[in-house]
Amino acid sequence: MAYINVPEGVPGIRSLVLFRPETGKPLYQLAQVLLREDSPLTPAERELIAAHVSSRNNCRFCMESHAAAARCLYGTDKQIVDDVLNAPSRADLSPKMRALLHIAGKVQLSGKQVTPEDIAAAREQGASDREIHDTVLIAAAFCMFNRYVDGLASWTPTDPAVYEEMGLRMAKGYVLPKQTT
Amino acid sequence: MSYIPLEQHLPGITGLLEYRKDSGAPIRELTQILLRGESTLTAGERELIATVVSSRNECRFCTAAHTAAANILLENTDTVEAVKQDIDTAPVSDKLKTLLHIAALVQISGKAVTAEAITAAKQAGATDREIHDTVLIAALFCLYNRYVDGLATMTPTDPAFYEGLGQRLKQHGYNRLPQGYDHLKTKDNTLKSI
Repeated sequence: MAYINVPEGVPGIRSLVLFRPETGKPLYQLAQVLLREDSPLTPAERELIAAHVSSRNNCRFCMESHAAAARCLYGTDKQIVDDVLNAPSRADLSPKMRALLHIAGKVQLSGKQVTPEDIAAAREQGASDREIHDTVLIAAAFCMFNRYVDGLASWTPTDPAVYEEMGLRMAKGYVLPKQTT
Repeated sequence: MSYIPLEQHLPGITGLLEYRKDSGAPIRELTQILLRGESTLTAGERELIATVVSSRNECRFCTAAHTAAANILLENTDTVEAVKQDIDTAPVSDKLKTLLHIAALVQISGKAVTAEAITAAKQAGATDREIHDTVLIAALFCLYNRYVDGLATMTPTDPAFYEGLGQRLKQHGYNRLPQGYDHLKTKDNTLKSI
């Protein structure tokens, strides 16, 4: 049971934005801009950052749903997603992406944890200003989304099929859910 | 030095929101709704939530900026300082104490918010909307604090800068200034906040 009176049977953040659509609109817009619109990182790479941070925050709803979206977007390379979440040393990542995920992991702990050395390491692997910026902001945004979803105890489905379907929908983009009456 | 090149005359969050305006716009809109939009919590009370979270995240820029805004809106400086030291003994209502406790738990983790903390807020008269907004404001400042410090943005040390910024936040809220921020550029690279 969620801590506040959100619509029954609606999972995670979807139930929260139906409770308060006014704040839901910029929240969905932020997800769409950061994860789908203009960036030197691919949508798959950005979903991977989102899933990685959500996993470290123990937010099962966000981790499962963004991992599902990342698997859809990686296509035949989808093993990367499960490797990053379960056995990062084995994951077939570019050195640049590995350095950016390291920065995202630092952001998950605290902004202050990100060191000049972390940034220099990413730059040595070819990361641009915009890639570093987008990585930090995506990681910071999921520190918000994860806290919103779990801080109000929104419903977390346990059936993997639910997340698979969610991933297919999310791969196409983030659209504010509408109340069905 | 910030980790990415930002406008020299825009310290803290402002330089970041100007660096990438398409992500800045929804962040600004969300903040304006949560901290200044229609609510049964006063703007001053909502700034206290922002300050407590920023202070616990040790984000100096956000703490100083929202302390200044709260001081102006609450028309005193004692309340913010007391809340930062100890929520339980601060001169605020019992309901606000329970909400500030929830915000402090959100700062740690979403999972740290207990059913007991929510029950205490409801018993003190907090509505679902107030609880919702408290959690989302606290979560939003966990974004802001990480964004500002994760890219090592410049943090001014002159208290006058934050007093000016507090005035700007009272007058204009969190919307982008209609004229932009070029008027804050100075010839000698000193910082202006309004």
